[in-house]
Amino acid sequence: MPLIEIQNVSKTYVGGHQALDDVSLDIEKGEILALLGPNGAGKTTLINIVCGLVTHTDGRILLDGRDVTAEYRQTRRDIGLVPQEMPLDPFDKLIDNVAFSRRLFGLPHAPDRIEAILRDLSLWDKRDNRLLTLSGGMKRRVLIAKALAHEPKVLFLDEPTAGVDVELRRSTWDVVRRLRDSGVTVILTTHYLEEAEEIADRVAVIDKGRIQLVQDKDVMMRSLGAKKLIVELQAPIERLSDDLAARGFELEPCGARAVVSYDPSEADGLAAAALAAFAAAGVAVRDISTEQSTLEEIFVGLIGDANKGASS
Amino acid sequence: MLNVTSIWAIYRREMKRAFGTLVQTILSPVLTTSLYFIVFGSAIGSHIGKIDGVDYGAFLVPGLIMLTVLQQSVANASFGIYFPRFTGSIYEVLSAPISYWEVLIGYVGAAATKAMILALLILATSAFFVPLRIEYPLVMVLFLVLTCVTFSMLGFLIGILAGNWEQLQMAPLIIITPLVFLGGAFYELKMLPPFWQNVSLFNPVLYLVSGFRWSFYGAGDVPIAASLGMITLFMAICIVAVWRIFATGYRLKP
Ligand SMILES: Nc1ncnc2c1ncn2[C@@H]1O[C@H](COP(=O)(O)OP(=O)(O)O)[C@@H](O)[C@H]1O
Ligand SMILES: [Mg+2]
Repeated sequence: MPLIEIQNVSKTYVGGHQALDDVSLDIEKGEILALLGPNGAGKTTLINIVCGLVTHTDGRILLDGRDVTAEYRQTRRDIGLVPQEMPLDPFDKLIDNVAFSRRLFGLPHAPDRIEAILRDLSLWDKRDNRLLTLSGGMKRRVLIAKALAHEPKVLFLDEPTAGVDVELRRSTWDVVRRLRDSGVTVILTTHYLEEAEEIADRVAVIDKGRIQLVQDKDVMMRSLGAKKLIVELQAPIERLSDDLAARGFELEPCGARAVVSYDPSEADGLAAAALAAFAAAGVAVRDISTEQSTLEEIFVGLIGDANKGASS
Repeated sequence: MLNVTSIWAIYRREMKRAFGTLVQTILSPVLTTSLYFIVFGSAIGSHIGKIDGVDYGAFLVPGLIMLTVLQQSVANASFGIYFPRFTGSIYEVLSAPISYWEVLIGYVGAAATKAMILALLILATSAFFVPLRIEYPLVMVLFLVLTCVTFSMLGFLIGILAGNWEQLQMAPLIIITPLVFLGGAFYELKMLPPFWQNVSLFNPVLYLVSGFRWSFYGAGDVPIAASLGMITLFMAICIVAVWRIFATGYRLKP
């Protein structure tokens, strides 16, 4: 059984804007799932519904088989949320604020546990600081500490690395991986494709309130991420021989590059065969290289297709 | 079953916040009250004489306590819930395994406790200035508790409904203060011309001040039953309003 089952969830805000349209998604225990989509896609709306901050208009959500609306007392204990903004009480002392989070979720005070979390996030030295004195990066880590204070099974991170520098992004990813390794299921939203590519086990692409695709990241990269074989020619030519054209090569307008797309899983000996074919056609080759489509290209392709589908 | 740990977490934190700003929360009302006693009780009171056999200074005590309790209950509770709404940190309370009513108990309980502590401080302060007498201590305590809780609930409502800081500050200022001043905090109803006496009977706060004064000196502008009825009605109205807001998630959950 999946840890979280999102079943046919829709959300129309009071103003009449439909932010989610029949979203279904299963989240497996122990995985890192990236919810990938552009701004306004409905990512925040979806995780806020799971966490109880937004009421859904339709559908239901189960955690461990329990409805998150009807049985919120059980389900919310297992959920931690790191929100997109930085909503912190500025005058609170860091350690008090994090300890409060734990109690608020119904757990007894546990100084050791709080200390471990703060040390792990390199916040221990700042424990007596007021929150308003902390840097943006530290505030974000405080939010992570607060979300972990009640030892949740699932952690939602809403755009954890939006607007942070490279170093902080890497350290956030480290934290996420360590959490996963310790058994926590992580769902993060992002509009950075590299982010999904870098740390997710699975990617759910969302756009205009609809889930467009859910797949293992590797499978997605492999099945949709066709590779390109690029052959640079010594000198431009007019046209490709019939044999080369039959192999799927296309000549670029400059005449000096021929390109073929291929499925990496059936690529054995492809390069050697291509070189032989060029030699046989009497075309001198200067260089040969391959290119992997990035998630970005896949993503743009998908959203593009979806848009075409919607407008036609 | 109540989630006591969570309620206690909110309550403790709110109480701590109050005593973090000790000067503002405690000292200023005590100072203000002392000034009232010096100016009204001693300077002006000496020209007024006794009301129903009570020194004017002593007559003032219940009204002054009511003034502070109403203002502080509303101000504390409205700030307590508005501030996390303003910073956004309310997300945490709303995503916790805790019902709205438990949230209410935490915030309103803390605000009411603070108001009660202030009332006792003012009572103690006033004992330095005037001869105090409390004829019905149990009724006094009951009245105090009901008033603190009810007006903290009103404050909680204001804190949820307020759209900005200005609205938040205006509510206690333009609603509570005039009602208390015109509700017989500093005079006896009989001192007004008959027309204004009748108008005053529509001021709900009059019933609270009167009832509270009754618990001190055994006399009030209206019968004690009317006062108790009024505070009960107030509380019922607040509970219904809070219940409606919670049922719809208005201003809390989009
Ligand atoms: N409280 C709200 N009231 C009305 N519309 C909202 C509200 N919150 C979000 N929206 C709208 O819903 C859509 C999805 O928003 P959101 O879930 O925040 O997207 P994302 O997190 O993917 O950027 C957007 O068009 C946004 O303007
Ligand atoms: Mg968002």
